[in-house]
Amino acid sequence: MNQGSLTKDIILFVIFAGLVIAAPVLLTPLGAGYPDLLQKFAIFGIFAIGFNILFGLTGYLSFGHAAFLGVGSYASVWMFKLLSMNVIPAVIFSVIVAGIFALLIGFITLRRSGIYFSILTLAFAQMSYNLAYSVLTPITNGETGLQVRQLAPSDRAADYVLNLRDEDLRILDQAFGVVEQGIPITNLFGIKMSGYPGFYFCAVLLIIAFGLSILIARSNFGMMLKAIKSNQNRLNYTGVNTRPYLITAFVISGMYAGLAGSLLAVTDPLAGAERMQWTASGEVVLMTILGGAGTLIGPVLGATLIKYFENIFSAINDNVLQGFYSFLPDSLNEIAVAVSGMFVGKGWHLTLGLLFMVIVVFLPGGLMQGFQLIANRFKRKKKTDSTQHSKQAAE
Amino acid sequence: MENIVLHVNDVHKSFAGLHALSDIDLAVREGETHAIIGPNGAGKSTLLNVCIGRLKPDSGSVVFDGVTLTGKKPYEINQLGVARVFQTPEVFPDLTALDNVMVPALAKRDGSFKMSVIKRLSREKGLRAQAEHMLEDLGMADQMQQIASEMSRGNKRRLELAMSLIQKPRLLLLDEPTAGMARHDTNATIDLLKKIKEGGMTKVIIEHDMHVVFSLADRISVLAGGRIIAQGTPDEIKNNPKVKEAYLGEEQV
Amino acid sequence: MDAIFLQILNGLDKGGAYALIALGLTLAFGTLGVVNFAHGALFMLGAFCAVSVNKILTLQQIVLDPTQKTAWGTPLEIRTPYVESWFGDFGLFLVDYSVPVSLLVTIPFMLLVGIVMERGLIRHFYKRPHADQILVTFGLAIVLQEIIKHYFGANPIPQTAPSIVSGSANIGLWIGLGESVVYPWWRLVYFGFSALVIFAVFAFLKFTTFGMVVRAGMFNREQVSMLGINIEKRFTIVFGLAAVVAGMAGAMYTPVLPPDYHIGMDFLVLSFVVVVVGGMGSLGGAVTAGFLLGILQSFASMNEVKSIIPGIDQIIIYLVAVVVLLALPRGLMGRKGVMED
Repeated sequence: MNQGSLTKDIILFVIFAGLVIAAPVLLTPLGAGYPDLLQKFAIFGIFAIGFNILFGLTGYLSFGHAAFLGVGSYASVWMFKLLSMNVIPAVIFSVIVAGIFALLIGFITLRRSGIYFSILTLAFAQMSYNLAYSVLTPITNGETGLQVRQLAPSDRAADYVLNLRDEDLRILDQAFGVVEQGIPITNLFGIKMSGYPGFYFCAVLLIIAFGLSILIARSNFGMMLKAIKSNQNRLNYTGVNTRPYLITAFVISGMYAGLAGSLLAVTDPLAGAERMQWTASGEVVLMTILGGAGTLIGPVLGATLIKYFENIFSAINDNVLQGFYSFLPDSLNEIAVAVSGMFVGKGWHLTLGLLFMVIVVFLPGGLMQGFQLIANRFKRKKKTDSTQHSKQAAE
Repeated sequence: MENIVLHVNDVHKSFAGLHALSDIDLAVREGETHAIIGPNGAGKSTLLNVCIGRLKPDSGSVVFDGVTLTGKKPYEINQLGVARVFQTPEVFPDLTALDNVMVPALAKRDGSFKMSVIKRLSREKGLRAQAEHMLEDLGMADQMQQIASEMSRGNKRRLELAMSLIQKPRLLLLDEPTAGMARHDTNATIDLLKKIKEGGMTKVIIEHDMHVVFSLADRISVLAGGRIIAQGTPDEIKNNPKVKEAYLGEEQV
Repeated sequence: MDAIFLQILNGLDKGGAYALIALGLTLAFGTLGVVNFAHGALFMLGAFCAVSVNKILTLQQIVLDPTQKTAWGTPLEIRTPYVESWFGDFGLFLVDYSVPVSLLVTIPFMLLVGIVMERGLIRHFYKRPHADQILVTFGLAIVLQEIIKHYFGANPIPQTAPSIVSGSANIGLWIGLGESVVYPWWRLVYFGFSALVIFAVFAFLKFTTFGMVVRAGMFNREQVSMLGINIEKRFTIVFGLAAVVAGMAGAMYTPVLPPDYHIGMDFLVLSFVVVVVGGMGSLGGAVTAGFLLGILQSFASMNEVKSIIPGIDQIIIYLVAVVVLLALPRGLMGRKGVMED
């Protein structure tokens, strides 16, 4: 992983931004050109980019990153309830809260490394999840999840005691005299954050998040993180105190997750504890390794692919399959439908698990490594064709 | 009397009742190359690990330039100006040779931690020039962009040396710099270390190979059974009967 | 006093399950150096062995009896399990004892699963980073649990203990603590069973040459390989053994907790914590920590405790794990040098 040149990085960034902005058009032929799904791509892209800053650069495998996602969602919904349906305060607050939460957890968990670190993060995420379901119900609204409600009438606002089941306060909205009808929708200074405006809000943040991740990876700080992954012990004897580097990476990564969680709440103002479960943490790990941990584009690619196939595969049912296999004779059709049926619809997770295994077994560097291998082979062929001496070592 | 850089005072260390080191007193003078030799199991590596902060002595202290090293963390010791070359080459296997040298250069300039998230590493032109120069000096101009894990053992060792030297340490600790090397490589390494010697850097070398020791060292301490049994110039050591006895059957002196 | 004693009892069966899973997990750590996130799935597979055996044993033959009519005037259907019509009373006995009887299927099946898993997958990950091991076994765990979900559905499937132990034991009366200390028989059986299995595993490792080699392998893998002992083959068997222990634990636990497809994941996270608290690669540590945490968890669920520290029952195990890991990096009984790279 050598240091790419500035020009190359700028080209990468511009292409990335272009693709994201054009995504609604580009992905329509694939049946993914609608805002709800595109928002998911962007949000989980941000989540995975953040996870990759920790796992991809330092090699520290956190199994509790969903906790920050959940915290981000809760923080946002609270901002919607207390201040305003405008997304700006919610996003900022969520990132800050997730950052503080990550600092606390990182401070403790980063005392250990390797498998111990993974288990400590898992333990913290499980604790957060369990607490969100039980004693923290006044903050999280337990199983029902935290939701925005109607605005409390302004004459009652003075002696208003916030009640999760009743009405919301929204001090700022009240002060500016925003009129609401029914259950409110999040907005950016009046632009409703649903549909394409919602996607483009997420898209802009995704582009910023991606650009920032390039900066981090190419910075002195990023080099130290890579050195930690490569040989932490040596780095200590090189005069580097690795702990603050790791904590910083952990916090940055937690803030990314908080941002993603906040955007989940922006597109759908509801926060539930299941977002913090360790299966959710596992999902972001999968996204990152599927695309390629430690690469710039990989995590976004992985997140998009998984959310895309989740969407496609979950929608396929037996009728669709029967249609698909209609060219087969009846008996074969039945078998084909039964077998394929295991992997689609509700069986999507089975496909996900298999994909996980196949990637780790055959392509630990993820899809980006796969592309690299193909590109290298192509290049080498070209070189030998022109009878040039190739110094490239065999893979 | 010359300035004493490293002072090992009355160090004891035992593992599970076994005395690995006892009554170790050692003074390394500024600018000298001090070799520590001894048969296998004499406690050489233990002594080095005590100096670097990896092991804590049971009693006694290690003082570097007026600062007690005992109890300090490895990165703090390095920041004081003590660099170490390991017995089995320790590099950053996933990074290029150039980046391998850039990391210690950054650590030297920026201290043990600096938040520098925005500035691109490639814009560190000054450090980069230093690092390239260092690698060229060690004859690695061709390998700057090579990934360290793909290097030969000899090159890894040279790379590690470059990583230590770029920090311009006041004291360089070398743990068997020629272990496992062919005679040809050993001679090349000796030449290299001689070159550094001309730079006036203080060095402590732990070595098994007498040839290396006698061609490099200004002074030698002989370790046997966890004690220093002799100390002096190479000539004095060569003729010391105690040393001959300790090495009997070990190796031809 | 009664309440405390009852909580200790309550913790025993859960502790037994933790200890059995953790035992296999730590065995795989110590010998193979593998972090197996699919170990909980093995527990689940065992549980579903018991479910399957019960299903097969209770397959019913339907005979129409034209002489008797139902209220709707249709001939009465008489349902008899095939095993009953074939074997008579012995058949009924089999149905009643389906959970313990299922062990006869569970043991060979889990051994096979373990061996196939080690040969087919785990073996290729010995030299890979722990992160890769975690990831691939995590994927496997998802696959296994989704397959079970596909065939058995998402709902828990209750199993019954044999009727002879279906009631509760009046333990309080036996030891003079009064009638309030009542404890389900099957849980006592489960505790006894787990103690027996733990004892058997220890005896096996302690007194057989096979066990001696394995223990030596746990201590220093490379040296044992250097002795020319074919350690790989033995490790396959060790992995199979770990799978069998987890499977038995799962099968026998079904009357206590109706199994569903994610029971393995639930137990896995907890047993990982148990292993870490006990010290990775330490068999004694795993067992001690298993029972300790089981009991601690049941204490934390006491209302008296919950009223002082709300929510403590939800997080106690994780909290202990965090504290132990920070205070004793190697856990309660971990040895130096295991999993420390």
